[in-house]
Amino acid sequence: MHELSIALSVVELATEQAREAGASRVEAVHLRVGALSGVVSDALRFAFDVACRDTPLAGARLVIEEVPIAVFCPKCRAERTLRAARLRCPVCGTPTPELVRGTELELTVLEVDDNAPAYR
Amino acid sequence: MPPRIVEVRQAVLKKNDLVARRLRRAFADAGVCVVSLVSSPGAGKTALLGETLRRLTPTRRVAALVGDLATDHDAVRLRASGAPVRQITTGTVCHLDAEMVERAAAGWDLGSLEFLFIENVGNLVCPSSYDLGEDLRVVLLSVTEGEDKPEKYPTIFATSDLAVITKMDLAAAAGYDDALARRSLADARPDLEVLRVSVRSGLGMADWFDRLNAARAEKRARIEV
Repeated sequence: MHELSIALSVVELATEQAREAGASRVEAVHLRVGALSGVVSDALRFAFDVACRDTPLAGARLVIEEVPIAVFCPKCRAERTLRAARLRCPVCGTPTPELVRGTELELTVLEVDDNAPAYR
Repeated sequence: MPPRIVEVRQAVLKKNDLVARRLRRAFADAGVCVVSLVSSPGAGKTALLGETLRRLTPTRRVAALVGDLATDHDAVRLRASGAPVRQITTGTVCHLDAEMVERAAAGWDLGSLEFLFIENVGNLVCPSSYDLGEDLRVVLLSVTEGEDKPEKYPTIFATSDLAVITKMDLAAAAGYDDALARRSLADARPDLEVLRVSVRSGLGMADWFDRLNAARAEKRARIEV
């Protein structure tokens, strides 16, 4: 369970970015979490609420976009989306070492409220 | 009033990645080849590392960092090889991060080393997210723990450069099925290199040392280019 460490990193990055944007309150944090990122979204949601306490993110919503694994099949010469972390083309069965998506763990967007009283 | 949207588009572990990049540069400047070991608890990281240090120490300049939640038992055990070993005690944290490695390696003359080994905390989940600046991430899988581990923990296998199947001397007793393990490993990462070793019988250890030397040669070639 390293989702608490990850959640603390999310809060740290979001706090820093909100401050840079001159925002006092963060209402929502949007993440992209790949199926091969090693992070479990439910555990992260739980940890996030704890990690936000006493920060400018307190009470913020966490919006997670789950990114499925996508690979490039060298035989079909096509991108394929996988339902499980089994790196084979679902159409022709060829092993597909080339990952196109699925490892990301990215903070994409913050929603901030400029009218809220500043966090102290 | 609707909320204002602030575009960020940054990796959540940006800070770790930055420290890892700094470490990778420092390791390259020093010309030291850095090999990290990850596995579930009890797969044989410390046994493999102990034998590796013992066999390399007479002729090569090697050192190791070992991570555990608690105790310095592993460091004490490994120091018997004569190599310098530092323990990283993580407390409640289930993985090493780049900052811990940087802190633990501080003060060591990296330029005097040929190999630095980093033994991660026994855990197949959390270490996969944290780049430590290593040249070679080695994941261990012992014959006693089930051939389908790579399917159950795909991320760590997908992010490793080499898989080492350990305790091969117990393969028959454990009913280990190599074809099954091979398939599971290939599904997690089709181009993953695989070695089979037994620290106890010595099986496959020559291949392991060849692979370490190749990693160091690759790194030197990269630095000189």
